[in-house]
Amino acid sequence: MFEAVSELRAPLTDQPVSYGKVTDDIARPMEGKPTRLWYIGFGVSLFFLLLGTIAVTYTVLTGIGTWGLNRTVGWAFDITNFVFWVGIGHAGTLISAVLFLFRQRWRTAVNRSAEAMTIFAVLCAATFPLIHMGRPWLAFWPLPYPNTRGSLWINWRSPLFWDVVAISTYFIISATFWYIGLIPDFATLRDRVKGLRKKIFGFLSLGWNGSARTWQRYEVVYLLLAGLATPLVFSVHTIVSFDFATSVIPGWHTTIFPPYFVAGAIFSGLSMVLTLMLVARRVMRLENYITKNHVGAMCKLIIAMGGIVGLAYATEFFIAWYSGNDYERFVFMNRALGPFAWAYWIMVSCNVIVPQFFWSKRLRANLGVVFGLSLLINVGMWFERFVIIVTSLHRDYLPSSWTTYKPTLIEVVTLLGSFGLFFTLFLLFCRFLPVIAIGEVKGVVNHARENEA
Amino acid sequence: MSARIQTGIFERDGDLLRATTAVREAGYRIVDAYTPFAVHGLDRAMGLRPSRLTWVCFWCGLFGLAFMTWFQYWSSASDWPINVGGKPWNSWPAFVPVAFEGTILLGGLGVVAALFVRCGLRPGRKAKMPAPRVTDDRFALVVECSREGRGADELPALLRSHGAIEVTEDLGETLA
Repeated sequence: MFEAVSELRAPLTDQPVSYGKVTDDIARPMEGKPTRLWYIGFGVSLFFLLLGTIAVTYTVLTGIGTWGLNRTVGWAFDITNFVFWVGIGHAGTLISAVLFLFRQRWRTAVNRSAEAMTIFAVLCAATFPLIHMGRPWLAFWPLPYPNTRGSLWINWRSPLFWDVVAISTYFIISATFWYIGLIPDFATLRDRVKGLRKKIFGFLSLGWNGSARTWQRYEVVYLLLAGLATPLVFSVHTIVSFDFATSVIPGWHTTIFPPYFVAGAIFSGLSMVLTLMLVARRVMRLENYITKNHVGAMCKLIIAMGGIVGLAYATEFFIAWYSGNDYERFVFMNRALGPFAWAYWIMVSCNVIVPQFFWSKRLRANLGVVFGLSLLINVGMWFERFVIIVTSLHRDYLPSSWTTYKPTLIEVVTLLGSFGLFFTLFLLFCRFLPVIAIGEVKGVVNHARENEA
Repeated sequence: MSARIQTGIFERDGDLLRATTAVREAGYRIVDAYTPFAVHGLDRAMGLRPSRLTWVCFWCGLFGLAFMTWFQYWSSASDWPINVGGKPWNSWPAFVPVAFEGTILLGGLGVVAALFVRCGLRPGRKAKMPAPRVTDDRFALVVECSREGRGADELPALLRSHGAIEVTEDLGETLA
């Protein structure tokens, strides 16, 4: 009847807290005035978002030529950004769904913000193919709707279409999962506040009253959604990798791509979760809930995923040599020693060497160092996509179409703008929604403690 | 027949669990319990049957799979076959990813819709609460005993003996 709790387990919050205090601690940052740090962060993010909006408006009005995409490197910055942002999202689902299935109860402190991160990252990702289309107002064309052209159906055999379906499904299911998790917390907030906010939270909480019958069904649905989201997250980045793997370009046309991309996605996402966790903890003063143990656990996951990514780099290189295929060999030698060698070695050092620092317990406990290292991994993972896309395209089969690639100002500003969008949304989320799942944390505050509360 | 409804308010989830078991063993009918978070084991203590929502998810997912498989086949092999790179009309291996995503999408959305319908969760519904703080830090157990039935007067003592800090009585069926 009572849950079996190991005496060897450490409690999941630093200080023992009562249920009422959990509600207070998590709801307080939403009710008072934001901290100065929040205003600064929000201002900076909004500034970059505005810059990005200007760049995108200019691109759409003028034409995608302003992106400086060369004839043969047509996927350069924008698809790099797309794959980067989709990958970021994956760790959110890993934490909210996969760790839930594995009964990793420490996840309760971070899952809400990780899920929010997923949704915002997928939004950022989705903007890039839209802009890349050049005429974003026709973005509904890839959908299979009955039309007056026959009906002319779409080509189901195209991996680019699979991508449309995978990303939209991923967005819808992640958003649903997130909202379902928020309903009990909306009810808690509804019963705390007054006025307009009470009306809004009352509307969003759908009349939730904490009935045990509802909780029982709710738990079943939550488990089912976690079970559905787990294969979904693997399928999404697998399909993203099909965009490359089903082509005939050397360096892309490889069977290792699906697992390689999924591992890379989770790896980059974990480092982004870590970055955001450290920010949210500080800005929202949630040190008792997002503890050093949580940070340590995330670092250990990063070591594991970093290992898989490193193995993938090595395998890829080995197979290029072992295949005996001259084009394949050339592409990889060109990656490591060619004009983009700097990008390749940034990728290798950030993704393979940097995570090794997390083996040290002392470094894992130093949050400043962890923050810096997590930023480096983010940079490394962006360069991974850049290396894959640009080095394979800038020198392919025909030496006559070889070219070099340099991003234009517009491309760089658009990338900065996507970071602006991401952090603006994330900071708004921190301000207006509970960053930590109140209901779930209450279920674990007495974890490994006497039933005291 | 209007029933006598008594509500015990608890401060701890452990107390609520023990009280639920005791009240049920004493032969009372438990209307519902209200908790700020999912208390594990409470469904068994209340004797709730396992939810059948799992089946809703299964059938919705199966429908999504079947529909997307059929739709891709119908649109590319039957309604308007178009030659794409000499691939067969029914290139079913290429239809797998979209059919898979359809399964997940319909399974997920279907089961959430079923949850909302089954629990009566909808925008604008007013929450019926047995006590003001059950979404914060209080646990409530709502028990029904018929007017002339045995034990209606012993119930408050039973609830208190398991840690209830307050027992309120309500005639009629405001909550049931």
